[in-house]
Amino acid sequence: MITLTEVLVLSGILFSIGVAGVFLNRKNIIVLLMCIELMLLAVNFNFVAFSRFSGDIGGQIFVFFILTVAAAEAAIGLAILVVLFRERRSIDVEDIDTLQG
Amino acid sequence: MFATILFFGIAAVLVCAALGVILARNPVHCALLLVLCFFASSVIWLMLDAEFLAIVLVLVYVGAVMVLFLFVVMMLDIDIEQFRKGVAGYWPLAAAVAGFVVFAIINVVAVKHLGGMSVRTAPALADNYSNTRALGTVLFTRYAYPTQVAAIILLVASVAAIILTLRQRTGYKPQDIAQQVAVRAEDRVRIVKMAAEKRQ
Repeated sequence: MITLTEVLVLSGILFSIGVAGVFLNRKNIIVLLMCIELMLLAVNFNFVAFSRFSGDIGGQIFVFFILTVAAAEAAIGLAILVVLFRERRSIDVEDIDTLQG
Repeated sequence: MFATILFFGIAAVLVCAALGVILARNPVHCALLLVLCFFASSVIWLMLDAEFLAIVLVLVYVGAVMVLFLFVVMMLDIDIEQFRKGVAGYWPLAAAVAGFVVFAIINVVAVKHLGGMSVRTAPALADNYSNTRALGTVLFTRYAYPTQVAAIILLVASVAAIILTLRQRTGYKPQDIAQQVAVRAEDRVRIVKMAAEKRQ
């Protein structure tokens, strides 16, 4: 039978892969957003595992809300991305420097 | 025993797919591998008796969010190669940070055992336990107001996304029904009175 340790270590590995992805794909905003989704998934893993192993359903409620906010974030982020691409013909992070003055 | 083998198999798939997400060159491959990640996660959530959330993960994430990602990736014609320039320099930093995070988590969870909590197995559930019912009972009583706030967040997000991407196109001639209906004959037809002329 699996214990809390395995699930938490798995989610830790998943989270660190997401963090490494943010470092590796610093230029491509779409892959950056996907790495953020990976990290959110790892956090949700923690919530579900703690909820199950401590017998408290509240953790799963929070996963529910995190999913809601993550979906909203993805929708708005991609909409901003589409507008940005339309204006600049590029989604390179280093091209977004208009506010430097 | 079967559950343990299944867990480690799915965990291996999950980690490999997650590595693929950050290493694949093509953003479409990234998105599809992330879909695989979500499927594998939903299997593990099923094994943790979170059936409702497992199904929601597949429906909402795979069905909506990742399809949105794929749409956007395919809609923008991106030069893939330009993103790969200069990536090599960040390898050591990424590996160091990721390794440190994993080391810290393993140290807390597997070595110190969270004060004995992390070595226990899951408490047994009642025979007639329904995850969906348990979740719904709490969601609509104790967390009723947060649920309303979540609904408003979704509404605001969808309105914002639509407004952001709405484009006023120029150069095409749409019908304005109200204007067409409200038009009067005297606006369009001008009756000119003129004297009759003799035929040549």
